[in-house]
Amino acid sequence: MKIGVFVCHCGSNIAGAVDPAKVAESARALPDVVIATDTLYACSEPGQQGIIDAVKEYELDGVVVASCTPRMHEATFRRAVERAGINRYMFEMANIREHVSWIGKDKEANTNKAAELVGMAVEKLRRDRPLIPKQFDINKRVMIIGGGVAGIQAALDCADGGLEVILVEKTSSIGGKMAKLDKTFPTVDCSSCILGPRMVDVAQHPNITLYAYSEIESISGYVGNFQANIRKKTTYVDWELCTGCGLCMEKCPSKKSTDHFNEKVGVTTAINIPFPQAIPKKAVIDAEFCTKLIKGKCGVCAKVCPSKAIKYEMEDEVVTENVGAVVVATGFDLFDYSVYGEYGAGKYPDVITSLQYERLLSASGPTGGHIKRPSDGKEPKNIVFIQCVGSRDKSVDRPYCSGFCCMYTAKQAILTKDHIPDSQSYVFYMDIRSPGKMYDEFTRRAMEEYGARYIRGRVAMVYPKGEKYIVRGADTLMGTTAEIEADLVVLAVGAEAAKGSPQLAEKLRISYDKYGFFMEGHPKLKPVETNTAGVYLAGACQGPKDIPSSVAQGSAAAAKVLGLFSKDKLESDPQVSHVEIKRCVGCGKCVETCPFGAVKLVDFRGMPKAEVIETVCQGCGICAVTCPQGAIQLEHFTDNQILAEVNALCRS
Amino acid sequence: MSSPRTYAYYPGCSGLGTSMEYDISTRAVCKALGMTLTDIPDWSCCGSTPAHTVDHSFSTALSARNLKIAAKAGLSTVTTPCPSCLTNLKTAGKNVKDAEFKKKVEILLDGQLPELPEVMSVLQALYEDIGADVVAEHVKKPLTGLKVACYYGCIMNRPPEVMEFDDPEHPIAMDKLMEAAGATVIPFPLKVECCGASLGVARKDVVAKLTGKLIDTAAGLGVDALVTACPLCQMNLDLRQDQANAALGTRHRIPVFYYTQLLGLAFDLPEEALGLDKLCVDPHHALETAKERAQNTKVREETA
Repeated sequence: MKIGVFVCHCGSNIAGAVDPAKVAESARALPDVVIATDTLYACSEPGQQGIIDAVKEYELDGVVVASCTPRMHEATFRRAVERAGINRYMFEMANIREHVSWIGKDKEANTNKAAELVGMAVEKLRRDRPLIPKQFDINKRVMIIGGGVAGIQAALDCADGGLEVILVEKTSSIGGKMAKLDKTFPTVDCSSCILGPRMVDVAQHPNITLYAYSEIESISGYVGNFQANIRKKTTYVDWELCTGCGLCMEKCPSKKSTDHFNEKVGVTTAINIPFPQAIPKKAVIDAEFCTKLIKGKCGVCAKVCPSKAIKYEMEDEVVTENVGAVVVATGFDLFDYSVYGEYGAGKYPDVITSLQYERLLSASGPTGGHIKRPSDGKEPKNIVFIQCVGSRDKSVDRPYCSGFCCMYTAKQAILTKDHIPDSQSYVFYMDIRSPGKMYDEFTRRAMEEYGARYIRGRVAMVYPKGEKYIVRGADTLMGTTAEIEADLVVLAVGAEAAKGSPQLAEKLRISYDKYGFFMEGHPKLKPVETNTAGVYLAGACQGPKDIPSSVAQGSAAAAKVLGLFSKDKLESDPQVSHVEIKRCVGCGKCVETCPFGAVKLVDFRGMPKAEVIETVCQGCGICAVTCPQGAIQLEHFTDNQILAEVNALCRS
Repeated sequence: MSSPRTYAYYPGCSGLGTSMEYDISTRAVCKALGMTLTDIPDWSCCGSTPAHTVDHSFSTALSARNLKIAAKAGLSTVTTPCPSCLTNLKTAGKNVKDAEFKKKVEILLDGQLPELPEVMSVLQALYEDIGADVVAEHVKKPLTGLKVACYYGCIMNRPPEVMEFDDPEHPIAMDKLMEAAGATVIPFPLKVECCGASLGVARKDVVAKLTGKLIDTAAGLGVDALVTACPLCQMNLDLRQDQANAALGTRHRIPVFYYTQLLGLAFDLPEEALGLDKLCVDPHHALETAKERAQNTKVREETA
C-alpha cells in the first residue's frame, strides 16, 4: 500500500502553533508512507491539485490530510481523491486545528501531538478498504411543519416547483404571527392584505394538502423516505361539511372563551373561526368553554348548523404521510413578560404587550381598529413603549437581541400618531437596531416626522397614579431619571423559541440551542440545513427573524428541497454496520440498542441472525459496541482500525 | 405552624435609640405569639452602611462576630427587626462561604468561625414560621376600618439572591399580616421604593423629594396610615414628613407605624408596650377615623 500525507498550514491557523514541516517529516517514517509534505492551504484549488498530482505521480492507494475538522472539509478531500482515481473512502483526516493549534500554545507539544494524530490516521488508513455507496429511491413529497409566513412561502415555492406538499399547522388556521399584525414595517402595508392572498393560494393550490389543527406525533425514516404520523386534533366539527358560514358563532351562548387570535384582548365564543380571513375557514369548538362538552347541555350549534357539521363525539385521529424531506417552520413565541414584576404586566390592565397593541390597531381586532385602554375603553393620549422586554437581558436568561422589536415599536409609534393625531408616544430604548433595507430611515421617520420621543434608558418601574401610570426610567443621555405620565404602556416583548421546540427537535433528530431554537448545519454556509439530511429550517424557529428574512429563508428551504429532489436516486452512506453472519449468535442485543430501528432479526437456516437495514442505519456504532461476539462491525470504523489507532498512539 | 421557636435576637443600634418603639413593640408582639427572643450577649454594631463601603472583610467580621456569639450560645436562627442589620448579617453569612474570604475574617476575629446560624428578619419569622393565620387567631381588637399602605423599603427583600424572602418587586408578607390584623390594605405601588435612606444627613433635598413622593402617593390612595418595617424608612417618612411637605408644598399628616405596633394594637397590648407616643405624627386621629368608619359601615350594614 502506498500512502501520501499532506499537512496543511491553514495560514497561521495551524502553522502559528504547529510546525507543519516537522509533522510531515515525522510522517515520512511511518509504514507505507511514500510521500509526506506540508501545504499552505490544502483545501484551495492548488492544494487539492497537489494531492491529485501526488496520487498520480506516486501511484498512491490512500491519502491522509492533516488539517481542520472533517465537518468542514472531509467531503472536499474525498471528492479530490476520487477525482484522482481512488476510492473516496481511502482517505483519512487528522484534525490538527480544532484538536491542536486552536487549543494549545506550546508549539513543540502541539507539533508532537499533530504528528501522533497523523500516525493514528495512517494506521487507520492502512486498514481501510474501498466502500461503494448504494443507491435508493426518493419519495418526492415534502412535509412542511408550521403554517406561518415562512412555512407558507416554502409550501408555495415547493408546490409551484411541482412537488406534492403536506403542510401541518397546529392552530386552526395558517398565517402565524404575521396574520395578527396590523401593518408591517418599513413599508406600512397592511399585513393581512399581503399575506391573505398567499394564504388563499395555499388553500387552492392543487399540490398542497393542508392539515390544520394538527401536530406531528412522531417521525421516522431517513432522507428521501420519512414516515410522519400526524395527529389531527379534535375540532368537534366535520370540516368536510363545515362551510364557514359562522352561524354557529352567532348563536353560541358561551361567549367567554379565550380569544387566542386576539391575544386575549377580549373574548370570543366557544365555537369559533379565529378570524375572517382564516384558512381553512372552518369552525372549532374550544372544549374548555363549550357548555355541551362540559355539562352535556346546550347543543345550540348543532341545531343551527345548516350543514350538520357539528360532531360532539369526535376524537383525535392519527394519519400517516410518507415524504422525502421536511421543512421545519414552527416560528417563535413571545417572551413571557410577567417575570418583569416592576412593569406590572398582568397586574395593571393598561400595561399590554406589543402584539396585544397590534390587535388594538387592527381594523379586524376587538376594538375595530380604535385604540382603547383595556381598563376603561378611553382613548389614550400619552403612550409609552418600553423596549427590550425579554431581549438583551441576562437577568431573565434572554441575553440575545430579538432583532425586530426596535422596528415594530417604531411602526407602532407611527401608527399611533395616525390613529390619534393629538397623541404623544415615548419610546424607552437601549439602542436602535435597524440594519435592514430602509429600516434606519423608518425609525428616523418615527422620531422626526411623527414626533415620537425616544429616551435612551431602561425603565425601572411602572406604577399607577390615579387613572394614569407613572413610567420611571433612566435617561442615560441626559444623565437623569425620566418620569412619564402614561395612559397606556406597551411592552415591546422579545422572542423566544416556540413552546415544545425541544420535543419536536427530538422527534426530528435535529439539534437545538440552549434557548430551544433549532440549529442550522453551519451558521454561515448551511443556514437552512440541519445536521439531519433532508430536514431544513425556515423562519424564526432558528432564531428571531422579521418577515423579509423569514420569507427569504422559506424560499431558500424550498430551493434546497427542490435541489434534493432533482435527483432520481440518492446515495446511501456506506459507513454502515455489517453483520458477520457466522459469528452472530442471534442474541438480539443490537436490535434492542439501535436507536433508529435499523437492525432486525431474520431467520437464517432456522437460526435467528441480525440483519442491518442499510438505508436506515446512521452509522452511529452503538450496535458494534453492544455485540458480545464482535459480530457486528461498523464499516470504516472496525474494531481492528480503532485498535490500530490506539496502538499507534501508545507506540509513539 | 411549627412549635414556637427560640430565636437569637439582634436589636441593632437603632433599636436601642431612634427606633426604640420598633424594638419594644417587636418584643411585645413576639412574646404574645409565644416566640422566645434571646438577646445575643455582648452584641456589637453590624457595620451599618459605612463599614462595607470601606472594607468588605471588615464589615463581614463585624457581623460575623455577632453570629459567632449566637452560634456559641447554641442558637440556630438569628432574627432582627432592622432590614439594614439583616443585610449585613446575611451578607456576612454568604461571604464566609468562600474559603479565602473566610480566612481573612478569621484573622480579624482572632479565631476560627463555627457554622454560622441562619438569619431572618422578624417579618420573615412572623410570616413564614408563625403564619398569618396564627397571627389572626391572636387578634383581639381587629383594626377594622383602618386603611393602610404597607411600605417595605428598598432592602427588606433585595437583592433577592441575598435576602431570599418574598417577591423583590411585589412583597406581600406585611400586607398579609396587616390583613390578618383586620386592617384594609390598599395596594401601594411604591412599596419597595427608596426613601432616600441616610442621605437625610447629607442631602436633605433628595430625601424630601423621595419621601415626599411616597407620602403623596399614599395620600392619593386615601390611606389612613403607612406601615413600615425599617427604622430608617420610618424616620424619613415620619420625622421628616414636615420637610417633605415643605419641599412639595403639601400638607399631609399621615402617621407612619411600624407593623409591629399595629399588630400589638390588634392583640390589645397596652400602648406603653408599643411606644405609640414615640411617633412624630400623632396616630390617634387615624385610629379614631378608622373606628368611626368601622362603626358607620356596621350601622349601614345593620340598617340595610
